Amino acid sequence: MIKVESLTKKYGGFTAVDDVSFTAQPGRVTGFLGPNGAGKSTTMRIMVGLTPASSGHAEIAGRRYADLPNPGLEVGVLLDASAQHAGRTGREILTIAAQTMGLPKGRVDAMLERVSLTPTEANRRVRNYSLGMRQRLGIATALLGDPAVLILDEPANGLDPAGIRWMRDLLRGYADQGGTVLLSSHLLHEIEVIADDLVVIGQGRIVAGGTKAELLAAAGTLVRTRDLPTLSRALVAADLHFVESTGALRVEADPDVVGEVALAAGVALTELRSADGAGLEEMFLELTAETQRDQKSEGVAA
Amino acid sequence: MTAVAVETEVGRTTRPTPARIPMSRIIGVELRKSFDTRSGFWLLASVGILAVLATAATILFAPDDAITYDSFGAAIGIPMAIILPMIAILSVTSEWSQRTGLTSFTLVPHRGRIIRAKLTVALGVGIVSMLLAFGIGALGNLLGAAIVGVDPVWDIVGGDFAGLILFQILNMLIGFMLGVLFRNSAGAIVGYFVYGFVLGTITSVLAATQEWFEKAQPWVDFNYAQGALTDASSMTGENWAQLAVTGLFWLVIPLAIGLWSVLRSEVK
Repeated sequence: MIKVESLTKKYGGFTAVDDVSFTAQPGRVTGFLGPNGAGKSTTMRIMVGLTPASSGHAEIAGRRYADLPNPGLEVGVLLDASAQHAGRTGREILTIAAQTMGLPKGRVDAMLERVSLTPTEANRRVRNYSLGMRQRLGIATALLGDPAVLILDEPANGLDPAGIRWMRDLLRGYADQGGTVLLSSHLLHEIEVIADDLVVIGQGRIVAGGTKAELLAAAGTLVRTRDLPTLSRALVAADLHFVESTGALRVEADPDVVGEVALAAGVALTELRSADGAGLEEMFLELTAETQRDQKSEGVAA
Repeated sequence: MTAVAVETEVGRTTRPTPARIPMSRIIGVELRKSFDTRSGFWLLASVGILAVLATAATILFAPDDAITYDSFGAAIGIPMAIILPMIAILSVTSEWSQRTGLTSFTLVPHRGRIIRAKLTVALGVGIVSMLLAFGIGALGNLLGAAIVGVDPVWDIVGGDFAGLILFQILNMLIGFMLGVLFRNSAGAIVGYFVYGFVLGTITSVLAATQEWFEKAQPWVDFNYAQGALTDASSMTGENWAQLAVTGLFWLVIPLAIGLWSVLRSEVK
């Protein structure tokens, strides 16, 4: 269980995190979604005490992070897989973490196996690791203390499709056993396939939140036809709201309603389906576009 | 810094609250971290290697009447004054330069404890290194005296040992101070050379040319005051006072500022 309440972080005049509140529930994977520079990483760093908040606070299992007596046993954290001493071997990095948490030696080998790093790879220095191997090592470090809460910043970065699949299964299994998983991503599709709940952040502010089902359900119907003008007129006549997006219409109604309107108007459809996530995607693209404009005009650091 | 296990209403999982990480374990981890990379290992190994080289050079190049324990001690002291502070600097700055702090400071969310452990390890390594260096120097003195055919001269006495160790410990503390202040390996190392060598040269030139500075130097120049420790048995109360006054301004105050900023800064 992670509870974030009114977190704000200001750097001079720039507000990186602006009154962010959300909860990540046990037994669920919570996706923390936002474009690059939206404040995801800063929020996560504040949660684990690496960055002091300007105001607000975060709690994990009912306590401030700094009050956890041995955090590694309660919260698995992966903020940046590349933030490791390049001269240490993968096994050594896990050994240091295990020693800090007070875990038996055998735990390191078990974790290496769990993330599919071979003994040869584990004995290689991290400077020779691919990003995907670093992510696996980072996930192994996070899982080491068998914590009930996972906080992962962009864990799928650098993983190949098989690796992403592996991580999805791993996190799913973790949540199904009652664990709390919070993972961030700037890729909607990546998070759509794994998260139960979504928290969407843009320019430091929460712009949407809820279960994935809720957020996707709000999207309406996507309909495609070669005769857009006729269908548009019919929809207007039927008093249905819609927006046009790249050769298709997104209608705020159920697919059967739209189908009947099209049939009555005698329009042949090429596609008719529930617009899963289309609304979310539009919102997300808008956020991304805004951030990019801001970066160009004001030069705000990501 | 006591972590009291408060029963909360949220606890869905009924796990026992783990015990607080003991300080001894953090020190053990920090000790391991100073050995477990190639650079760290060779830095520590170079303490022994350079002590042997300095001893060999003294036997080879020192005139016969200079084959005394003091000559060996002085020769070994020079590489120590460079290597030991590097060990202290890198133990702190690598957390930032190599970004390992992201893991270290989340596994132990009290930076003060990690910094204390690092300081303990650095000082321990420093004292052990100095004892090792004295041992190597003593062997060199025996060997050198045997080669030139004289009786070995043992002219470092009781308090001098402590003075020399304190001299090197202060150098390490300067390194540590620069480490917490800069939190960047290159910056802190350059800082150490400026502090120890460039500044020292400037003040000695100033003292040689400006009479007023020559008088003031013992009270404002930490390097100069610290130099008295190389002959600790003849240090006066005034020397100690000068060491304390200059140490306060050149070491204690910047160290306090550095520690304060380490505890509050952002780890990225």
